[in-house]
Amino acid sequence: MNESLEIARNPERLRRVAIDPVSRVEGHGKVTLLLDEHNHIRQVRLHIVEFRGFERFIQGRPYWELPVLVQRLCGICPVSHHLAAGKAIDQLVGVDRLTPSAEKLRRLLHLGQLLQSHALHFFHLASPDLLFGFDSEAGKRNIVGVLEKYPEIGLKGVKMRKYGQEVIRAITGKRVHGSGAIPGGMNKALTKEERDGLLIDLEDVLRWAEEAVALIRQVYLANPDYHHHFAFIRSSFLGLIQDDGALEFYHGGLRAKDEFGRPLFDHIDYREYGDYLHEEVKSWSYMKFPFIVSLGRENGWYRVGPLARINNCDFIATPLAEAARQDFMAQGDGGPVHSTLAFHWARMIEALHCAEGIKELLHDPDILGRDLVVQGEKTTEGIGVIEAPRGTLFHHYRINEEDIVTEANLIVSTTSNNQAMNESIRQVAMRYLDGRELTEGLLNRIEVAIRAYDPCLSCATHALGKMPLWLDLVDADGIVLDHLTRNSDGETAH
Amino acid sequence: MGTITIDGQAIPFQDGQTLIEAATEAGVYIPHLCHNPEFKPHGSCKLCSVKVNGRVCSACTFPAAEGQEVLNDTDELNEARRMITEMLFVEGNHFCAYCEKSGDCQLQAVGYFLKMTGPRFSYFYPRREVDASHRDILLDRDRCIFCELCVRASRDVDGKNLFAIAGRGIRNHLIVNSASGELEDSGMAVTDKAAHVCPVGAILIKRQAYKVPIGSRTYDERSISEVSLSAEAPVVAAKHD
Repeated sequence: MNESLEIARNPERLRRVAIDPVSRVEGHGKVTLLLDEHNHIRQVRLHIVEFRGFERFIQGRPYWELPVLVQRLCGICPVSHHLAAGKAIDQLVGVDRLTPSAEKLRRLLHLGQLLQSHALHFFHLASPDLLFGFDSEAGKRNIVGVLEKYPEIGLKGVKMRKYGQEVIRAITGKRVHGSGAIPGGMNKALTKEERDGLLIDLEDVLRWAEEAVALIRQVYLANPDYHHHFAFIRSSFLGLIQDDGALEFYHGGLRAKDEFGRPLFDHIDYREYGDYLHEEVKSWSYMKFPFIVSLGRENGWYRVGPLARINNCDFIATPLAEAARQDFMAQGDGGPVHSTLAFHWARMIEALHCAEGIKELLHDPDILGRDLVVQGEKTTEGIGVIEAPRGTLFHHYRINEEDIVTEANLIVSTTSNNQAMNESIRQVAMRYLDGRELTEGLLNRIEVAIRAYDPCLSCATHALGKMPLWLDLVDADGIVLDHLTRNSDGETAH
Repeated sequence: MGTITIDGQAIPFQDGQTLIEAATEAGVYIPHLCHNPEFKPHGSCKLCSVKVNGRVCSACTFPAAEGQEVLNDTDELNEARRMITEMLFVEGNHFCAYCEKSGDCQLQAVGYFLKMTGPRFSYFYPRREVDASHRDILLDRDRCIFCELCVRASRDVDGKNLFAIAGRGIRNHLIVNSASGELEDSGMAVTDKAAHVCPVGAILIKRQAYKVPIGSRTYDERSISEVSLSAEAPVVAAKHD
């Protein structure tokens, strides 16, 4: 572990290098490195520099606005926020169980969301690093470069994402920021025409998802030792799980395993999350640092998202994804897979499961059902938890007698990976940058480690491709020693 | 009976009709927000401004008279209407992105009709209070555009006189006529006319939000000109039948 790299002694004597912004991630973040006079790394931090304030400004609003309001946190995974808030307001109106049709519609919506988000991340944001190499020409290391050199792969990614968005549009009326979840159910049935429309391209999507798993497997195993050790950290893992231990995205109990795969807690009602997870605030980041209470503040950090879910589950209920999971888990030698770059592999296994799950649901007669809303007795507290593309997402609300939100707490998936991302980039900094002259390719390794987590740094802005980059290497006296720029065309210069 | 022209088209009118009533009955849409043919004209939003023989008038209050030459759908008037609409957007807090009235809101629909893309003015971000005290009715002052339709409905139809506009200029705000100033003890009922006339989302029946899916809301498929004429022409016709 590299936790000592969180706070350097005598930082005023060190040189500071900033990667600002981190590119090809969702949202805006920056990385700072502090180096001594021999270019040895003394401090590494991933900073989240945007302040959103959603938890505050939804206070004072009526609870039924929550699913539509909070989904504006993000343009990539709004459905996850929509559904987490939807589950919370089900509790506020006293509904524990939806009608079969409403629940299946929500599950279908969620699978569409996961599929499009995973496809976006793998093909648009991550594949340029994996296909071209971390040191490849920066100007071509983007989705346009992928489409030029590997048009078939690039186009497949675009079409997979489009399909997921079409699932979302059929259910919520819009590809981004529609409406669907209302207290106790859903506001619209899926029509037969919409269902049949989605079935047309489904077999293609399934095939593309299988090919995507094969592609990342091939890329990863082409240089297994390097990929295994790149940004490698050991951690605990957290996620939702079905009663029978199957991979679960929409609803289940909380399961956490330690770095050896031993259970820390299992099948916990997520409404009791406050007994198991706490959050720490640090002065240098707007993102909180959650930790597992039983492991303590120092060692209780954990990882969420595709790697956590695949490590945590006992099996996947759909056959193709389950076969891919078994193959993947061989990388762990009987324990969890800890490699950070294995996130990509796990993510594509999940995309395959999404495609299989969508097929199952589209052929389920309940999916066309019109009985969509149930009612109950109002309560004043609601907690909704869901597995968003990037990991476990918590929405917790309290309301008053007038139906107005008085308290809100959101633990967004990327927040849970905060410490892990910091640990990963510290490992990269020590292994590849320590004592060396900095180059764009070396710095890109820091970003590659961050991208593996598919972070949604602000859950709002979306940075893509050749973002301009300006790096200054400043000595202890404030003199600029080295200077590296990358313009909006992706060209770098000293 | 008589005839006027609107944008060169001959339009018949009944004695005592306003310009907007004659236009509505003839199938000519004049943009408006504070006007509702069920209530006495108010003439405050100025969106229905037209030129009558070269002078700007409010079509909702100006009586039709033989031979008037009225200009309505002109670049100049529509630009003025667009500017007025933008002012309404910046004067309040209109968050269409999550507003439950989105798709059913006349202010939003007029904005689309006038091809408004965004306000040219700075937002005021006024501090306005939500009154959620009533069990079944929500009063969200953020969205109020001071059309006084609720004032007129409560006074003239419900006979309760529950609302008024207080303050002046940018301090305008909707007040409730009750001992506490809150809706809870005002005696307002969900069946009151005043609970159903707000053209924006300032007065809403609670717990109905987003029940109508996107695609089925009032203005998802039809423009406000079409919706307005089909809803209001029969009301106007019934007045002289």
